[in-house]
Amino acid sequence: MRPIGFNKRTMKLAEEKLDEHHLDQKEVKDVVVRFAGDSGDGMQLTGANFTQSTALYGNDLSTFPDFPAEIRAPIGSTFGVSAFQIYFGTEDITTAGDAWDVLVAMNPAALVTNIDNLIEGGLLIVDSGAFTAKNLNKAKYQSNPLEDGSLGAFRVLSIDIHKAVLAAVEPFNLGHTAALRCKNMWTLGLVMWLFDRDLRTTIENIGTKFSKSPDIADANIAAMKAGHAYGETAELPAGIHVYIVPKAKVAPGTYRNVTGTTALAWGLIAGSELADIDLLFASYPITPASNLLHELTNRKEFRINTFQAEDEIAAVCAAIGASFAGSLGVTSSAGPGIALKAEGIALAAATELPLVIVNTQRGGPSTGLPTKTEQSDLNMAVFGRHGDTPIPVIAAATPIDCFDVAIEAVRLATKYMTPVMLLSDGYLANAAEPWKIPDPDTLTPFPVKYHTEKAGFNPSLRNDVTLARVWAKPGTAGLEHRIGGIERNFETGDISYDPDNHQKMTDLRRAKVARIADDIPLQEVCLGNDSGKIAIVGWGSTFGAIHQAVKRARSEGLDVSHIQVRYICPLPKNLGELLRGFEAVVVPEMNTGQFIRLLRSEYLIDAEGINKVAGQPFKIGEVLAAIHEKNAALESQA
Amino acid sequence: MNDALPKLTLKDYASDQEVRWCPGCGDYAILKSIQKLMPELGRPKENQVFVSGIGCASRFPYYMNTYGFHTIHGRAPSIATGIKLANPELDVWVITGDGDGFSIGGNHMMHVLRRNVDLQILLFNNEIYGLTKGQYSPTSQAGTRSPSSPEGSIDSPLSPCLMALGSGGTFIARTIDTEAKHLSAVVKRGFGHKGTAFIEILQNCPIYNDGIFEQVKNKKIAADFRVELEHGKPAVFGKQRDKGIRLNRENLTLEVITIDNSESDSELLVHDETNKAQAQMLAAMVGPDYPVAIGVLYREDRTSFVDDSHALLTKSRQTSSSLKELLHSGHTWVVD
Repeated sequence: MRPIGFNKRTMKLAEEKLDEHHLDQKEVKDVVVRFAGDSGDGMQLTGANFTQSTALYGNDLSTFPDFPAEIRAPIGSTFGVSAFQIYFGTEDITTAGDAWDVLVAMNPAALVTNIDNLIEGGLLIVDSGAFTAKNLNKAKYQSNPLEDGSLGAFRVLSIDIHKAVLAAVEPFNLGHTAALRCKNMWTLGLVMWLFDRDLRTTIENIGTKFSKSPDIADANIAAMKAGHAYGETAELPAGIHVYIVPKAKVAPGTYRNVTGTTALAWGLIAGSELADIDLLFASYPITPASNLLHELTNRKEFRINTFQAEDEIAAVCAAIGASFAGSLGVTSSAGPGIALKAEGIALAAATELPLVIVNTQRGGPSTGLPTKTEQSDLNMAVFGRHGDTPIPVIAAATPIDCFDVAIEAVRLATKYMTPVMLLSDGYLANAAEPWKIPDPDTLTPFPVKYHTEKAGFNPSLRNDVTLARVWAKPGTAGLEHRIGGIERNFETGDISYDPDNHQKMTDLRRAKVARIADDIPLQEVCLGNDSGKIAIVGWGSTFGAIHQAVKRARSEGLDVSHIQVRYICPLPKNLGELLRGFEAVVVPEMNTGQFIRLLRSEYLIDAEGINKVAGQPFKIGEVLAAIHEKNAALESQA
Repeated sequence: MNDALPKLTLKDYASDQEVRWCPGCGDYAILKSIQKLMPELGRPKENQVFVSGIGCASRFPYYMNTYGFHTIHGRAPSIATGIKLANPELDVWVITGDGDGFSIGGNHMMHVLRRNVDLQILLFNNEIYGLTKGQYSPTSQAGTRSPSSPEGSIDSPLSPCLMALGSGGTFIARTIDTEAKHLSAVVKRGFGHKGTAFIEILQNCPIYNDGIFEQVKNKKIAADFRVELEHGKPAVFGKQRDKGIRLNRENLTLEVITIDNSESDSELLVHDETNKAQAQMLAAMVGPDYPVAIGVLYREDRTSFVDDSHALLTKSRQTSSSLKELLHSGHTWVVD
């Protein structure tokens, strides 16, 4: 086998610049804005408010918060830069954008860490008040970039926001430090003006957020209005004006913004309702998975209880205990924590108890890049247990998809009495997109049935179709039984060291997971033809970049299709046949080639990888370049 | 409630599985005492759940005709916590050993104690690893010769009851495998305790650590080597009941005194189960200078974790809510 995934592209991914952004024009199709500042500058809040008003304006959008691992990094440091990126436009938006059209840099550190990705001719808004000798030094600038001509390629709007905001909030007598905290709102006001956004929802949000300190609320609102007024009245450099991004054509309905984490939490809630079961979410805090615990712990009005365990192992074990008792145990972590849970997951597999494990993947190995995204836990999800211990593995593709995938995880776990691994990642967890809110009444219930029949009971009775064993919960008279990690007799459920029995039980565990393939949808092509020249096969959060790249390539007339795989184990029954219908199969992954190995070993197909392990999602241009390259190679062969 | 329950006996609580401990193992005696005690607890059999980790002791659930879960090494307290959180109506028992509970599972033990989860922990302490064939354990005395310490172990042992006290346990007791009456009484009190009841059972391993508790177990000499504590009563021991424990108030230590007159009687320490400082000193007593304290060393009334957790659920569920409302909560917008 020739090496896969370690081709030249792995080392330095080719990228194509996408050039349809023209800030020269008044009307633009889509725009990427990146707010970057110090951790304490409130960039996430700024971004969230801009996102909301953009959604209300009617653009499609996708957002990506990019924050440092440090909680309170030293002020002005490059590693303390926190950024929020939003891509919005008139057509379907599925990524947070490759490069930014507008960069807001609140200090030199934010500028130096983000300027490389601002497009030529892009708009740079800087707070010149933060470009002090001290801050320039912290960002390791030899000279002030606002004065040395190094920013000549951009439209630079350099404003002393420090000074402007102090003047704007002067009537509130906040004191210097508190007054300066309003600079993010001043900046937001300016950007709101730039894209013709309505200030009202943000004004409401500020009022709610600072309801206990009306002065602070009023000052922030005043700062935002001042920033907005600045745009309206100031003499701006040529080429800087209001940009109109026409509304997207989206299906009618009620929409909301949702992050992957929230959608996943709500999917678990929906799953518990559909399964008619109580859910115990047991977890140990870890970045970037902790927000799932936070979200669910505030949802106890549903059939949810949460338990912050003392460690990852205790978390998975408490979840398993809950499942034994007749609830559904769910646990959640990121890679290092999932590794710790491995023994517990195998216990759930051995005892055939339902369990959902959510892995919000992050950069590894070890502590790796805790706040950055990666897809490098697929091998662990599929293979990472002692013994022959198959479990179903499913992956969410978009923030919204997290809702459906969470429901599916609950369905599979309870129907098949098995642990189910749900793969999300740091990007999906934090990224947000507008969601056409589904009607819960249209979701199909899958109520759990506990075993109650005493006659002929033993804990190894099973369903002939699903092979799932019966679920007899403690408290049921006459069904007292013991289960455990020691191999159990196929017929009785009692301890058994019999060699033939172990073979039979091992085969059973494998068959049970394999049979799930009969209970999941056949693989569909999400964009393009069902056979042809090139199939780009994605799983997980690479969806957005692949989708846009395939769309662009197809608009250029290339024969390329996008296949997005949700079911990693077992794979859809028709996937092999489907992939064989293409001349070339290309698999972009944010790892060194994990899913591709699965596809190659499962189907003996000559798939090729595009691999990126940079802590950042794929860019559309990177996938597009790979498509062009592959297409050229196929044409030269022909 | 008791009247409604069927009259059961020891046999009803014995499963159909063949017991496979070594002949002479202290676990047999404990199993029998617990099976005998169960009908006396006045609780439905189907509500009893025995959870264990890994080790000789952890085979225990297989032999009980109740619900049982033989889990993984050291994690029984966590699994038990999940069970109890999911269904507070269940009576949850954790069966563990000195290795399972205080070596690989030490972390969970600490937290199940401090949280005061409502369950019973029976720690079978034989001061040795049995199932893995005789290596020294975290409770083995320093110098224990074993396959992994041929020249004698160089680890200092920990005291399970002191660990339990330090972890914030609210019911801490010690008893002996073969003392059926004492064991049953202590376990019964632990069962009645609201919260985590921790009961250390000194248990003989006839194969790898035989006789380690001989002094406190051998009826001929035990009275001189153990003191049976009773709440509100002076700490007196000895075959002739002629020895006692006194608190030296000068240096805050316990002393063994000989009771020879009524004057010394008044100096005796009166056991107060609710006195933590005293419990720590009593739990720390080891031979040969001191008798080993058995009985309920400490108890404290505190709400249980499970009750508190369910109170939060009840509070949250006072207001009804639907999934539809949740999905539409916060900012939404309509596209026509």
